[in-house]
Amino acid sequence: MIRRLFTGLVLASLATTAHAAFNMDQLMSELAQHKGGRAKFVEKRTLAVLDRPLVATGEMTYTPPDRLEKRTLTPKPETMVLDKDQVSIERDKRKYSISLASRPEALAFVDSIRNTLAGNRAALEKNYTLQLSGNNDNWVLTLTPTEQKIAALLQRITVSGSKDQIHTIDYLLADGDRSELSIEPLEPR
Amino acid sequence: MTPSARRTLLLWLLAMLAGAAVVWNSRFSTDISFFLPARPTVEQQVLVDQLKEGAVSRLLMLAIEGGDTAQRAGLSRELRNRLAALPEFVSVQNGDAASQDAARDFLLRHRYLLSPAVTPERFTIDGLKAAISNSIDLLASPAGMLLKPYLTRDPTGELVELLGGLNAGAQPDSRDGVWSSHDGQRALLLVQTRALGSDTDGQEKAIALIREQFAAASGRAGLTDLKLQLSGPGLFAVKSRATIKHEVTRLSLISLSAIIAVLFFVYRSPRLLVLGLLPVASGALAGIVAVSLANGTVYGITVGFGSALIGEAVDYSIYYFVQSSRLGMTEWRQRFWPTIRLGVLTSVCGFGALLFSGFPGLAQLGLYSLTGVLTAALVTRFVLPPLAGTAIQVPLPARIGKALHAGLRHVQTLRWPVIGLALAAFTYLGAQRDQLWLPNLSVLSTVSAEDAALDARLRADLSTPDARYLVVVTGPDREAALQAAERAGQRLDPLVADGVIGGYDSPARFLPSATTQATRRASLPSPDELQRRLQAALVDSPLSASKLAPFIADVDAARRQPLLGRHDLGGSGLALAVDSLLLQGANGWSALLPLRPAGGEQGVDIPVAVVRAALAGSGALFVDTKGQFDALYGDYLHQAVWLSSAGFVAIVVLLLATLRSPRRLAGVLLPLVLAVALVIAGLHLAGERLQLLHLVGMLLIVAVGSNYALFFDRIAGGANLDTATLMSMAVAATTTVIGFGTLALSSVPVLHAVGVTVGPGALLALLLSAVFASREVPA
Repeated sequence: MIRRLFTGLVLASLATTAHAAFNMDQLMSELAQHKGGRAKFVEKRTLAVLDRPLVATGEMTYTPPDRLEKRTLTPKPETMVLDKDQVSIERDKRKYSISLASRPEALAFVDSIRNTLAGNRAALEKNYTLQLSGNNDNWVLTLTPTEQKIAALLQRITVSGSKDQIHTIDYLLADGDRSELSIEPLEPR
Repeated sequence: MTPSARRTLLLWLLAMLAGAAVVWNSRFSTDISFFLPARPTVEQQVLVDQLKEGAVSRLLMLAIEGGDTAQRAGLSRELRNRLAALPEFVSVQNGDAASQDAARDFLLRHRYLLSPAVTPERFTIDGLKAAISNSIDLLASPAGMLLKPYLTRDPTGELVELLGGLNAGAQPDSRDGVWSSHDGQRALLLVQTRALGSDTDGQEKAIALIREQFAAASGRAGLTDLKLQLSGPGLFAVKSRATIKHEVTRLSLISLSAIIAVLFFVYRSPRLLVLGLLPVASGALAGIVAVSLANGTVYGITVGFGSALIGEAVDYSIYYFVQSSRLGMTEWRQRFWPTIRLGVLTSVCGFGALLFSGFPGLAQLGLYSLTGVLTAALVTRFVLPPLAGTAIQVPLPARIGKALHAGLRHVQTLRWPVIGLALAAFTYLGAQRDQLWLPNLSVLSTVSAEDAALDARLRADLSTPDARYLVVVTGPDREAALQAAERAGQRLDPLVADGVIGGYDSPARFLPSATTQATRRASLPSPDELQRRLQAALVDSPLSASKLAPFIADVDAARRQPLLGRHDLGGSGLALAVDSLLLQGANGWSALLPLRPAGGEQGVDIPVAVVRAALAGSGALFVDTKGQFDALYGDYLHQAVWLSSAGFVAIVVLLLATLRSPRRLAGVLLPLVLAVALVIAGLHLAGERLQLLHLVGMLLIVAVGSNYALFFDRIAGGANLDTATLMSMAVAATTTVIGFGTLALSSVPVLHAVGVTVGPGALLALLLSAVFASREVPA
């Protein structure tokens, strides 16, 4: 009896929090509402081996739930398509196709962005610990890998945005190199 | 026994002993050379060599099924380790990380000898600037993460260049670090045997070893519910040999015991039975001897054809015993031998036509049967009479005589219905003539549909593409062949750049010719010089020259590195890639460059004319393997039509010359032609997949069936048809139908097709000859 009462109280308090503040489920459902679309991106890579950062620009197209196309225009044209667990890269008229089913850690890495776009919390939590701060108009989601194989590549991913729109994705790699991706929607809704 | 009879007998005995000695020393084979062209074109020769000796013929594909992913992967590793330790296997690949890493390390270590991008220009200030800035651009891309660890050792991106070549052909999927099927349900391995593909014993041993090791490995791990699937040319060869061996025994046994039962029922005498089989045994022996002496190798399928030969060859002794038991030897020789002789000659015309076939199996069947029939007839005529003496008594029960005559009168009322049926058959055949014959060599294959499906599935899972289009170059030695492959590659590169073809493989990719390696090595600058050029090239670059000490050290090491040889590749996956594309033949080496289609709108086809034009004058041969196989079967079929027609014409000419009467000729031919039409129409209606051997069967119906038609023709010639003659024909036809009919039970398409055509055909030939025989038959 006491136990049931206690459980009830906990549930009630959780429900109150959910309504009171901006929370993970809210963000995820908001992201999941996103119909996809085209966006411009600027990617800045800071590598220890290089004296100054590399900057790439281009366009991204996301088609829910599992197709992401990243078309780099500068410094060199390249197209990467992530469709289900197939990654294909086209560069210099050459086409490479890799099935990520065989490389679970690579899939988790690539999937972080797609699952964030799709608002798929369950999929994200399989490989990462999630931490959310900020409010609906200005949130920051931090993904820390739990899987050893991913942690060997990646320290954390920080995603920021407002409402259902992601603004930046920041990858901090295990070796200290980092990659910052800024996104700006091309067709404001 | 007269002295001359004794002499004949002695001669026969000596001949038999000599024959037995030849057969004892004969080489028997069940391999695919039965089907491969006797006089191949240059293109076909490439295929023949590939099929017989190519590394591809030594590949076995393995799949582990059942259990879960981890269990399959574990067993895959265990099996790989066990097999790799055995001398019977050259290479065992399962895609595990260790061998992938080993391959990558090999490419990294030897990149300056292997990379086609290594030229003197690449190491000028401008070349370095361009290559390094390209690598830095690549770092900014998703694929760049793979390159990052190697940047300071390999800033010009030679490894990327090489891996691009390695990955251009799709790789199998992988689960838990080993190759797996696309659906993830099977772990896959690829094994290259030391035994050649044409060494069926060696293949059988290798396959047994694999199964043994799998059973041991799964037993030790307690994973007994995991199953091993296996496919590949070696397995097909082993299975086909087992099938043929089994069938030869089974068919001969069925045919022989049925014929013995019939003969015993007729003769009621063990002595006559044994004597009657003498010409058959002589014929079968002589057939194998002739083939062995003429071809060197006797195909299993040819021996399997023996069951039909038994049924046909026993006819002559039947005629002799049944017909001469009333007449006596001399009378028989005068009255019946000429008819029998003519029948033998028509059979010889039929089988003889096959001798000229470019399809070695068919030519061998022809030689075997021709020799067998001829020998059986000669033994019956010259050896049997002195042996049998005059005491031949075959009972001719009046009951049976009456039944035969009544039957004959009865079938003669069926003339018009038969003509009607035959017209229907001709109409049907006329309407279906374009879809009658299957235009595909695979209809002759002994591989079961189930095995073929497994093979196709494993092939798809392992992403081993059907190498439909091949460029073939040759040279007196390996070095020359590799140089030729490189020259052909230079002609193909523009086609790849223009998107005409998707790409190509070459043995020179992982084993360049010594000349090319030496040229590449010579384009590497000294450490000081490289240092100086890097300083100049990287002035404005985000990558500073000071970070590239590992690069300078590697280039310096490469300058002093010995050139790569085949032995450096060991038993790796790269070695497999090189071996499967290099072939040592009797006249030197050939290198194969399989082409990949560009995909997209072109689909799986390659614009043949454009490729040919690009290769013109280079001495390289462009082969469309599928086209070649189709053309090969087309040639066989076309030739079979031609030979069958020639055989038919020869029979007609022979009959006309002997019978000297167009009317009698027509009387003999009509039932035969109708029998052919009815059988072919019937088979097609019954859903039989008609092919080359059915076509040959048509000729054999005429050749064999004419024996019976000729006896009925004797009535037209004024003779009467007594009970003994009728009975001998009935018995002879029965044994022939049993002999060929048994072949119809075979699962070997070549034998089945002949049996299913000639068995019913011979029976129809007899019946229709009776239907159309002259009516002056005494009751």
